[in-house]
Amino acid sequence: MAEIKTEELTLNMGPQHPSTHGVLRLELVLNGEIVQNVKPYIGYLHRCFEKHAEAMTYNQVVPYTDRMDYLNSMNNELGYAIAVEKLLGIEIPERVEYIRVIMSELQRIASHLVAIGTFGNDTGAFTPFLYCFIDREKILEIFEMTCGARLLYNYIWIGGLSHDIPEGFQKKVKEFIKYFRPRIKQLNNLLSFNKIFVERTINIGVLPADVAINAGASGPTLRGSGVKFDLRKNDPYSIYHKFDFDIPTGKGERGTVGDCWDRYMVRVYEMEESLKIIEQAIDNIPDGDVSSAVPKRIKPVAGEIYSRTEVPKGELGYYIISDGSLNPYRVKVRSPSFCNLSLINLISKGSMIADLVVILGTFDIVLGEIDR
Amino acid sequence: MENYFIKIFGDNIITLILIPAVLLIFIAVFALFGVYAERKVSAFMQDRIGPNRTGKWGLLQTLMDVVKLLQKEFVAPEKADKLLYNAAPFIVFVAAFLGYAVIPFSSMFIGVDLNLGVFYFFAITSLGVIGMLMAGWASNNKYSLYGAMRSVAQIISYEIPTALSALSVIMLAGSLQMQTIVFAQNGGIHNWFILGGPGGFAKIILIPFMIASALILFISTLAESNRTPFDIVEADSELVAGIHIEYSGMKYAMFFMAEYGQMFAVSAIVTILFFGGWQSPFGDLIPFLNYPVFQVIWFLAKGLFFVFVQIWLRWTLPRVRVDQLMTMCWKFLIPITLFNLFVIGLYVVL
Repeated sequence: MAEIKTEELTLNMGPQHPSTHGVLRLELVLNGEIVQNVKPYIGYLHRCFEKHAEAMTYNQVVPYTDRMDYLNSMNNELGYAIAVEKLLGIEIPERVEYIRVIMSELQRIASHLVAIGTFGNDTGAFTPFLYCFIDREKILEIFEMTCGARLLYNYIWIGGLSHDIPEGFQKKVKEFIKYFRPRIKQLNNLLSFNKIFVERTINIGVLPADVAINAGASGPTLRGSGVKFDLRKNDPYSIYHKFDFDIPTGKGERGTVGDCWDRYMVRVYEMEESLKIIEQAIDNIPDGDVSSAVPKRIKPVAGEIYSRTEVPKGELGYYIISDGSLNPYRVKVRSPSFCNLSLINLISKGSMIADLVVILGTFDIVLGEIDR
Repeated sequence: MENYFIKIFGDNIITLILIPAVLLIFIAVFALFGVYAERKVSAFMQDRIGPNRTGKWGLLQTLMDVVKLLQKEFVAPEKADKLLYNAAPFIVFVAAFLGYAVIPFSSMFIGVDLNLGVFYFFAITSLGVIGMLMAGWASNNKYSLYGAMRSVAQIISYEIPTALSALSVIMLAGSLQMQTIVFAQNGGIHNWFILGGPGGFAKIILIPFMIASALILFISTLAESNRTPFDIVEADSELVAGIHIEYSGMKYAMFFMAEYGQMFAVSAIVTILFFGGWQSPFGDLIPFLNYPVFQVIWFLAKGLFFVFVQIWLRWTLPRVRVDQLMTMCWKFLIPITLFNLFVIGLYVVL
């Protein structure tokens, strides 16, 4: 029999595709169902954040940071505020720090809920997605009663907060903690330990620890490979050194260390740790004024700073250069999604199309942050 | 047993048109309310409300959707193979529809009571795969092509466990005729084939094997009708919509009709083979409940229950991967059905 001539197939996935989590375009080279090569194309959501920042005063930049990773606005603001505060060298009231930590952990849960829900959707389970959004809604309600906004808050300002927490805030947060713990169990029963789900996610997209470190991966992507690295512990900022919490890492419980299930599960465990931090903080908020340290005129001396914080996706770094004027000379952002996405070709070679979608889902990318 | 329509109108051209018309109307109505039920059930499972604006409880929602689809302009891709592209949805639908010819709705209503009924059903419904392959190829879209390739591999593989598990019932009933199989389960729930069928005390040893057969039949018919967790043909997270991608308007609706027609057809076949078809579960205890009119109700109730199970599974489970689907079929389902068949064969012989 004459040998059959075969060719590789090039397939464009995105920018309009339900599983590329936004406007990412992947150029796939396929051999049947097997992925030979993946080439991501980005830039469909570029909004010139960094250039915009150069033309604005320091506090005008805050709302723009909201729009980078739009599922994680509080943490973006916190990172920026901390960077500028370091540049200015101002002291922050204790009350502000506590509220910031609570907000940032609530936001972490909300962001992980979207990650988990959409990941379930990538594997074909649609119902967990909506369950996650119901829980996220409760967090958004808390944010709404605090600052009036549900997605882009402009809440954490340089030196303080835009509003103090309202009456009944603590009660509402405690109610949420009480409500949410059983919901994590329910989610695990429905999705995390589902036989089909486990089979779909174990042993695929295995990311070895050394590769992850070399590629600059951070957040759950790095911790899923078994590396215990979390800036909240390793390079504490704000008042994270006061709280007692663990850093969950991937242990290869079901498959190999660093597979998709590990990366997914790190997020589930992290939500529980975040609940722990909120529990410790919520009853100890000291009295004080949240806007006493907000400077009227922000004009740092010439200099530069790199400040990094742990956001749900990984290490978010702000590199700010000041030339001593009212506007920052340069605001460069090191976005975790961007670095994590660079791993896609490395770990998805040889997997199937269905796996590629799952692998991409475990990175939990947000295109707003990649393109900025 | 006589057919109602033949009894009333005689065996002539009127019945020849009337019977398919009734079945066609049944499929159309079922597709309308099947979609509605799917949306409503999924909504309740997901803490949502679901359609509730059009008509009472949103009952007219899918009807209005059809009206919308009817008004749609029909757009075909420029480089599509027009003949195959246009014919595909109808072939898929006709294959699903032809299966209804041998489904007994009651002792007095069946399209044709072929003596090869079960065989005919599996043969004709699997013709739909040709339509799917045509749709995938003719759309000139890579995603469609992937969907089509997957559907062929999947449906042909799952034919085997389907047929083998149906064979266990056929051996016990000794016939391929649908009505004969249903009549064999006469006399109440204990005579249904899921509980070993009619027979003496010795049939108890059959019960676990029959339950296994019924489960495998249900699983593999799920795969054959491309329902979750085996909907890799449509796989919205990878292939967006698979073979449906380039279709719009009523042609798209035809695929939908075929899918829902197939959904009820496979539920019906599980009901007929293992759950007594149109037989009342009370059997001779309450003979009144076994009149032909009630038989239809029993049959629909059982069939719709399995449709509900399909919807339930769809909104609970993730999707399996292509290779896992094949592994499951060839390495688990087929060996188990073969073993089942062996045991049941021994029982029949002895």
